[in-house]
Amino acid sequence: MGLSKLYRVGEVDVHALRDVDLDIWPGELLVLLGPSGSGKSTLLNILGGLDVPTRGRVSFLDHDLAGGDERALTAFRREHVGFVFQFYNLIPSLTALENVALVTEVSPHPMDPAEALARVGLGDRLHHFPAQLSGGEQQRVAIARAIAKRPDVLLCDEPTGALDFETGVRVLEVLERTNRELGTTIAIITHNAAIAGMADRVIRMRSGRIARETRNERRAPPSELAW
Amino acid sequence: MRAIHKKLWRDLWHLRGQALAIALVVACGVATVVTARVGYESLRASQAAYYAEYRFADVFASLERAPESLRSEIAALPGVAAVHSRVVAEVTLDVPGLSEPATGRLVSVPERRSPVLNDVHLRRGRWIESGRRDEVIASEAFAEANRLEVGDRIGAVLRGRWQWLRIVGIGLSPEYVYEIQGTNIFPDNRRFGVLWMSRDALGPAFDLDGAFNDLTLRLAPGASEDEVIARVDRLLDRYGGLGAYGREDQISHSFLSDEIRQNRVFGTVLPAIFLGVAAFLLHIVLARLVAMQREQIAVLKAFGYRSLDVGLHYLGMAMVCVLAGSAVGAAGGLWWAAQINALYGEFYRFPLLRYAPSATVIAIGVGVSALAACAGAWQAVRRVVALPPAEAMRPEPPASFRAGGLERSGLLRRLPASARMIWRNLVRRPARAALSVVGIALAVAILIVGYYFVDAIDALGQLQFRTVQREDVTVLFHDPRPARARHELARLEGVLRAEPFRVVPARLRHAHATRRVPLFGLPPGAELRRIVDAEGGVLPVPPAGVVLTAKLAEILGVAPGDALTVEVLEQDRPVRRVRVAGVAEELIGLNAYMDAGALHRLMREGDTVSGAFLRVDARFADSLNAELKRMPAVAGATTRLAALRGYEETLARSLGVFTTVLVGFAAVIAAAMVYNAARIALSERGRELASLRVLGFTRGEVSLLLLGEQAAVTLLAIPLGFAIGHRLCALLAGAYQWELFRMPLVISLRTHVFAIAVVGVSALVSAAIVRRRIDRLDLVAVLKTRE
Repeated sequence: MGLSKLYRVGEVDVHALRDVDLDIWPGELLVLLGPSGSGKSTLLNILGGLDVPTRGRVSFLDHDLAGGDERALTAFRREHVGFVFQFYNLIPSLTALENVALVTEVSPHPMDPAEALARVGLGDRLHHFPAQLSGGEQQRVAIARAIAKRPDVLLCDEPTGALDFETGVRVLEVLERTNRELGTTIAIITHNAAIAGMADRVIRMRSGRIARETRNERRAPPSELAW
Repeated sequence: MRAIHKKLWRDLWHLRGQALAIALVVACGVATVVTARVGYESLRASQAAYYAEYRFADVFASLERAPESLRSEIAALPGVAAVHSRVVAEVTLDVPGLSEPATGRLVSVPERRSPVLNDVHLRRGRWIESGRRDEVIASEAFAEANRLEVGDRIGAVLRGRWQWLRIVGIGLSPEYVYEIQGTNIFPDNRRFGVLWMSRDALGPAFDLDGAFNDLTLRLAPGASEDEVIARVDRLLDRYGGLGAYGREDQISHSFLSDEIRQNRVFGTVLPAIFLGVAAFLLHIVLARLVAMQREQIAVLKAFGYRSLDVGLHYLGMAMVCVLAGSAVGAAGGLWWAAQINALYGEFYRFPLLRYAPSATVIAIGVGVSALAACAGAWQAVRRVVALPPAEAMRPEPPASFRAGGLERSGLLRRLPASARMIWRNLVRRPARAALSVVGIALAVAILIVGYYFVDAIDALGQLQFRTVQREDVTVLFHDPRPARARHELARLEGVLRAEPFRVVPARLRHAHATRRVPLFGLPPGAELRRIVDAEGGVLPVPPAGVVLTAKLAEILGVAPGDALTVEVLEQDRPVRRVRVAGVAEELIGLNAYMDAGALHRLMREGDTVSGAFLRVDARFADSLNAELKRMPAVAGATTRLAALRGYEETLARSLGVFTTVLVGFAAVIAAAMVYNAARIALSERGRELASLRVLGFTRGEVSLLLLGEQAAVTLLAIPLGFAIGHRLCALLAGAYQWELFRMPLVISLRTHVFAIAVVGVSALVSAAIVRRRIDRLDLVAVLKTRE
């Protein structure tokens, strides 16, 4: 509620968010759309408890994320949130299975790492290192890592940004299926307007503000998307 | 194994070169701690046990002759717990298989074995039997050096009478742990040895029947050593007392104690350097690793790893390096300590030289290095902990470069672009560049210090044995003899020149300072024993006044022109005021010199001589030695060249292990510093270098940029290393300004060249390894990575 965020990069002041109000509902698939610099990543970071707003309130169930200290935010992330990043951010020195295990080992109710990888269609690539996987495969490992802890919320930052069209669609299918089968709330941020079609709700952002909010009558399956 | 631990091991494997370098530096640090500490504890424990069990005395005194009845008077002095009176005499020995005459110190022991002070520990053979006047127990060091065994005989001249001595036992005494003649600094066990002999045999032979000429005593608990010494001196004054002294001035004890002290210093200074360097290396390697793994840190935190866990993960890497290094260092240190202990066994004679490496010692070594690791890792780990997960997802802002003062002055514009890049990279991180320079400089300094010992002892030998003492043989008579005795010596076959000298024991006094020294009377124009000034110039013997060696002048607090009191401790024991005529530079012992005529006038005696310095034709050395051994008037004859040879051999052996290990350690530091610095630079600037390669730069040109920086650091480090090394040597030389000997502050060109060579080779090897990596730079891959 009334979220604002101001920070410095190098010698430049960035006003990333200005008075943003947003509610996210359980089980919803949300797409945050906007050009780069519109503040969508900052919003995602705050929603995920990676960052705190300069001003405003954020809450998840009984967690206060705006005023929460480092310890509370860590507990929140550990228990409730999964992340998928544009550049996958896998640990290069760990295999696919180990990258997933890295997270399941600190989660309260995880699924089996191999099962998570099977869910994203990588049941046969468990012992490959990131360098031995394609971009799409790496992103699917990242998704497996994110869902293996059974998070309530899955936050995806440009999950297809570094992928070609076909691979991107496969990754989106995995996300859609996760939302449908596990009931995980998913927020995808992207500058790719075509992805908006698969959402329950689309938030468009510009210059740190919510410009427009729309609701899709029907969620298009990723295979019907085109860009 | 947990996934995060697997990450730790795989990251370490990836950094194995750098991790190994750090582990090796830590190993050196731990090895020095363990070695010095084990050495310290072994010697200290052996010394304490030996002194207690064999009742090492607290106070020692020599005198001319006192009746045995005086003993009870001394025993009754307040503060005296036990007294042992004895006869001690130095004689010329004829040892089978040794051409030169040796000097034997005969020390009386009771015929019936009873607990006395400075008791003899019998290694082999048996105690002397009463009534057998020719039986002796030989000191182990002397027996071993001359391959003498129980049952062997040696010839000796006892107060002018030649006789055989039969070795019935081989023994040791706490008084001669370090068995050395007063004027040497290294033991010459072939030519000097202690022989324990029956008091009933020794007393009559030296006209000391029912009398004694040496005294040792033990202090009562809480007694003041100084007060007891003063009381003893007052009692002995009438009997030709030469001044009592405590353990600190007892030669064997002071050498041994110094070795123990030295171990403490080495066990502190060297590890501090190594662990400091290790901490610095950990600091730069971890800082770089954390910068490279910002995103991984972010992911860990994003998925709920606590900041502390992530911080401990990186601290763990430092700890693995340290623990691996500690294990190697502890093993190496124990090995080195065993080597040194074996060497100690040759120099220091104990009934049992304990080699006592304790778990505590190793725990100290490992604990100290773990602390160093924490210190080194501290900043990087703190950055990990503080890094907000969202921040970590953004790339680091570009490094900021600014034109510095030197640059604005336009000076740099004249340099080629590559030199400008090298310069800017160095000044961009001045603290890191400075620490790299300091680290390599410390390696240079360690090498300088390691070789300084060799230089100092060379210089000492040069000054003492080639400039000051130039005689081949020194002959000392039992009693002063008329001047014509000199001609008897000059007539011996092979003697090229004989310079007589007079020497009397004297106590010099100025204000409250006093010292007992030999006062030499030298003939004018003496060539075989010369007085040398600080610059190495030869001073003529002044016709009047006394010349003191610099250390003696310092102790007495006198300068040329001052007057001091000379109390001669021989014959009529005259006491006179004498003016200081000059100061001489000598590095061994304390001496005073006068013109022979002036000394005769001071003694109110005619032209007498105490002995002579001889220059000898080497072809006749053996026959001359044989003759001297049997001359009744001769109390002792010492051969300079033999002494010099022994000295150099001993030295080579004792310094060999020490310097080899130090050189290895310094090379480790130098290589670790250069290699790590270059690897970090390569990691930070791989992209930049690959870009240059893509733009058409050759491998050589690109390597020049990176290695040029390391070369600049190394070149800057060398003069700084010299400066630090000189400073450390000056501190060491300052610490070795004893009365027994002084270490000159001389560092040879050879040492400097050697230090440069070791550091240079280490740098080149590291450079070659890094160069290979540059050659293998995958241009496309490097440009594709996001960083």
